[in-house]
Amino acid sequence: MKLLVCISKTPDTTAKIAFTNGDTEFNEEGVQFIMNPYDEWYALVRALELKEAAGGSVTIINVGTSANDAVIRKGLAIGADDAVRIDADPKSSYFVAKQIAAYAADKEFDVVLTGKETIDFNGSEVGGMIAEALDMPFISYATHLEMDGNVAKITRDIEGGAEVAEVSTPFTLSASKGLAEQRIPNMKGIMMSKRKPLNVVAPVEISDPSKVVGYTLPDAKESVKLVDPENMTELVRLLHEEAKVI
Amino acid sequence: MVLVFAEQQKGKFKKATLEAITYGAKTAQLLNTTCAALVIGNAEGVDNLGVYGATKIYQINAEGLNDFDSQSYAAAIANAAKELGAKVIIMGHSSTGKSLLGRVAIRLEAGSVAGVNQLPSVEGGFKVNKNVFSGKAIATYELSSEVKVLSLMGNSLAPEEMGAAVAPEELSVDVPASRVKVLEAKTVDGEVPLPEAELVVSAGRGMKEPGNWGIIEDLAKSLGATTACSRPVADAGWRPHHEHVGQTGVAIRPNLYIAAGISGAIQHLAGVNRSKVIVVINKDPEAPFFKAADYGVVGDLFEVVPKLTAAINAYKAE
Repeated sequence: MKLLVCISKTPDTTAKIAFTNGDTEFNEEGVQFIMNPYDEWYALVRALELKEAAGGSVTIINVGTSANDAVIRKGLAIGADDAVRIDADPKSSYFVAKQIAAYAADKEFDVVLTGKETIDFNGSEVGGMIAEALDMPFISYATHLEMDGNVAKITRDIEGGAEVAEVSTPFTLSASKGLAEQRIPNMKGIMMSKRKPLNVVAPVEISDPSKVVGYTLPDAKESVKLVDPENMTELVRLLHEEAKVI
Repeated sequence: MVLVFAEQQKGKFKKATLEAITYGAKTAQLLNTTCAALVIGNAEGVDNLGVYGATKIYQINAEGLNDFDSQSYAAAIANAAKELGAKVIIMGHSSTGKSLLGRVAIRLEAGSVAGVNQLPSVEGGFKVNKNVFSGKAIATYELSSEVKVLSLMGNSLAPEEMGAAVAPEELSVDVPASRVKVLEAKTVDGEVPLPEAELVVSAGRGMKEPGNWGIIEDLAKSLGATTACSRPVADAGWRPHHEHVGQTGVAIRPNLYIAAGISGAIQHLAGVNRSKVIVVINKDPEAPFFKAADYGVVGDLFEVVPKLTAAINAYKAE
């Protein structure tokens, strides 16, 4: 089975969020970057498990500059066979998806996996976009996947529950919690990752229909108003009269 | 024209759909055009979408749309948009909307924004805002394509009665055969799903054991709220997976979020920090959650929660 896992580089969950250049760019100064957790913990690990069960190969793909190579090497250390970096500085989901689809178009991948969303732009769009561009079915927010030959049975999150669907390869999915368990790369994996191929590919020409023109930070929260634990009637009054939520 | 995909679940329209219709109608006003609703399949109260702002309602029935397959649904929506000449396509930021948004955008070569939280500004370019960095910032996107596709974050604006009922018209478009077979859908009935809930009562490790959840359920019942939980208790199997709110679970933005016995790790806050009002009940005054709270109660939740339930019942009885 040929598996393609799309990975993204994001600021660490605890990173300080600030902007530069007239609040039009994310301020990377002092920020630690990681592989987007949904891509790493769930999409990549489930792909490795599928390969371990049925044979085949796992390729990871990223759209970004050489600043992303450390994150890509981590994916190789966790167990991917090879990596592709499309050498561009992406500005939108549309751009990323079009680049990945252009690369994957003639490679006959059986399954394309992404995380359910990135923790920076929270878009959740790239998986569906790749699937559309490659004419594949797409299952979002997958929490469980069983393969039987080329038929997959996938459970996905829906509002207040879950849906189980059946689909044949080739298909695209986006991975949510439950699909797999995080793997920590071991020393052997880290050593081997240095020798695995990381192919840098030139981007295709795309006219990007969307861009971020500015960022703002939410209004600073007023400090918490403490209510006497013996006086819950007061809390109810505040929620009704002041906050107007009940 | 602004075209709103009016999502239905089991033949019914949820509040999120009505919000999307009102959002579509108001966007249409800004653009000096009209708002139409697109319904796939049959549902109760189709005419009623007109009340929330749609001046036309189109209904599509086709073989490929019996099961939810993002590909055939996206084709139906995109083909309808082309047929009707729609320039802005809107859907809810639901599990269905998230599956469709990117597909529709690629089909229409349209710029898209997932999870917008307020009406667009249309002077000097089409711009919309959405939360990014898990609620820690807001980004303004500019869409330069002729056609734009947006998904609306739930609870961003209230549905408004701004029109009259409209009789639906059948619309015939090309729809490919479905390649996804839905085997089963398991949902909790009789309860408002978390992403749609306006009031949420949530609890965490401070509850000590799953048998103690009765007081949380009682509080939720007194308010008519939906219950939620933190990651550790979902991981421990104390509460069902679908109740888990936070970075890896469900992200919500209710009007009121009450958290009892949850310390407020950054990953938990990422899923709830867009709530309008946050109440934190914790015996540890140093719990980080108090920094993100509007109201705090420092005390033993086993005493505080039943007192709060009693106070709410007393308020409701008035």
